[in-house]
Amino acid sequence: MSLDINFIGVLIASIMASSVPLILAASGELITERSGVLNLGVEGMMIIGAISGFALMIVTDNLFIAIIGSMLAGIIISSIFGFLTQSLLTNHVATGLALTIFGIGMSAMLGKNFVGIPGKEFPVLFDDLSETIPFFGPILFGHSIVFYFAFILPFLTNYFLKRTKLGLMVRAVGDSPDSASNQGINVILVRYLCILYGGAMCGLAGAYLSLIYTPQWIENMTSGRGWIALALVVFSTWNPIKILIGAMIFGGITIIQLHMQALGLRIPVQFLSALPYIMTIIVLVVISRDSRKIKLSTPSSLGKTFYKEK
Amino acid sequence: MLKNFFRYFISSLFFLVAYSFSANAELKVGFVYVGPTGDHGWTYQHHLGRNAVEAAGIKTTYVESVPEGADAERVIRQLAQSGHGLIFTTSFGYMDPTNKVAKDFPNVKFEHATGYKREHSNVSTYGARFYQGRTLLGHIAGNMTKTNTIGYIASFPIPEVIRGINSMTLAAQKVNPNIKTKIVWVFTWYDPGKEAEAAQALIDQGADIIMQHTDSTAAVQVAEKAGVWSFGQASDMQKFAPKSVLTSIIDDWAPYYVERSKAVQNGTWKQQDTWHGLKEGMVAMGDYNPAMGADLVKEVEQLQKDLASGKVHSFTGPIYDQKDNVLVTVGNVADDGMLLGMGVYVKGVEGDIPQ
Repeated sequence: MSLDINFIGVLIASIMASSVPLILAASGELITERSGVLNLGVEGMMIIGAISGFALMIVTDNLFIAIIGSMLAGIIISSIFGFLTQSLLTNHVATGLALTIFGIGMSAMLGKNFVGIPGKEFPVLFDDLSETIPFFGPILFGHSIVFYFAFILPFLTNYFLKRTKLGLMVRAVGDSPDSASNQGINVILVRYLCILYGGAMCGLAGAYLSLIYTPQWIENMTSGRGWIALALVVFSTWNPIKILIGAMIFGGITIIQLHMQALGLRIPVQFLSALPYIMTIIVLVVISRDSRKIKLSTPSSLGKTFYKEK
Repeated sequence: MLKNFFRYFISSLFFLVAYSFSANAELKVGFVYVGPTGDHGWTYQHHLGRNAVEAAGIKTTYVESVPEGADAERVIRQLAQSGHGLIFTTSFGYMDPTNKVAKDFPNVKFEHATGYKREHSNVSTYGARFYQGRTLLGHIAGNMTKTNTIGYIASFPIPEVIRGINSMTLAAQKVNPNIKTKIVWVFTWYDPGKEAEAAQALIDQGADIIMQHTDSTAAVQVAEKAGVWSFGQASDMQKFAPKSVLTSIIDDWAPYYVERSKAVQNGTWKQQDTWHGLKEGMVAMGDYNPAMGADLVKEVEQLQKDLASGKVHSFTGPIYDQKDNVLVTVGNVADDGMLLGMGVYVKGVEGDIPQ
């Protein structure tokens, strides 16, 4: 491997591209969790977004409709979760797991007729700049609009939670739904909105996979990325900016281990494959040394059903 | 009212019994798949084979995404009990369950893919000589590469996969002695994202030919985007990367499935161990990309014929392993036993086999 500056630029760009679906899904789930709702259905919502986006792209031949449609599909499936947990007061964990299983099965059924059809090329921005500028070119240019959105999203999320009234409401609902309710905040409504937003972002994350990253539909194509996104939310201690870092570390180790193999380095492959997970555990341990801080940043009502006192 | 209901109930019962007897009279063929029919790879090709049996006028049933293990035995038993005369179990891990169930249903015929255990007279095994296809890919790769580096995305370190790597490397060395084979093990049959990342890593490190022993079409799409050559695996992947894909190795189970189903129908089914290749058409090649040039296409087509006729063998000596030990002596060819148990790389492959 020539360790020239361009190669490193290309490497960083491919790490960023692989972390996009993780950032999108984790940012969405973060808002949901900050409102006190634990939705374990991320994987299911992502896969529904993936098939919806791909199917709409094939049927309408319009990428804009496909992207919007995938987010709508995420909203629709997450509304099932919302109705069950918020209106019928079911258990969050069980309902979320059911949502994942339902999503995987449903997507396979919807996708029957879309197997084996090649996807369409997704337009990228500033493609010519990416080759002319060394190092920064491939990192900053020649990506899809969703890519740029994903890297802005954590900052928007951070601003939303810290600086807007609505964001404050979300945090209040997550930390103490009873007091929020006494303040006149409609807890159920806020939680519904956060669930639907999470669904939209997961749908978009799925569509990134089926429309941009590997443009095709294959059953179960998210292959566990939803679970990694869920872990990233905990990893980040519910801080949107740290999601960005976590996703880059995770994506980075996955990509670098493939490069190390291609280089023929004599390190056991199984160890390299396990490396991302080992790193996740190490970082989690490092973070959680300060247990008081973890407690402070965890939404205190996370996963607890809210009963409105009559 | 209730009397009426009973009348309906009894008559429908009779109907059901009569129906199941009539169904018993004609052959029903069952298929057990390890993956979803929509994987566009291994299971997809078996499913095409099933469709061919159906098209030949024989009734079929299939069960998809059956995990290898206790579930598999339950599913196979269920198929045997429900009047299936012939059952294809299409994954290596179904080997023991298939033999177990076969013992209890001596009148039902069983066909197990890629296995070697035939404990009862009603169990046959079958597999395909994919390595012959790899020889053709190696010949093409050796001619087409400019960087002398072939990138190979491998799934699991089992003889089947190692055999493919060796077969390809030997053929490529023959036309281009400077060839290097870089291998990335992804430890999955099927994860489009990871396969795409592996392909990108290999391309970034100078491979201008991408080859895979995994099931999704992600790698060929990455190759198309990067402007390097690639080969399809298990099914024809040309339409996913029309410029990049030079050809595909295609598993064609259809003729075998139809032939064996008809044999049961005619009462001529016998236990056998089948390992078919290019000759019988169980291994087929996709269209050759015109970008190879007319001369090379002609050369490869000739080699394909010679492999099929047996004039050329993929593993002809002298063959050395990475430590220069002789695997096959000059003028000899590897026998099937050696091929089935292959556990070392040949000389010229980089890296170690993960243990």
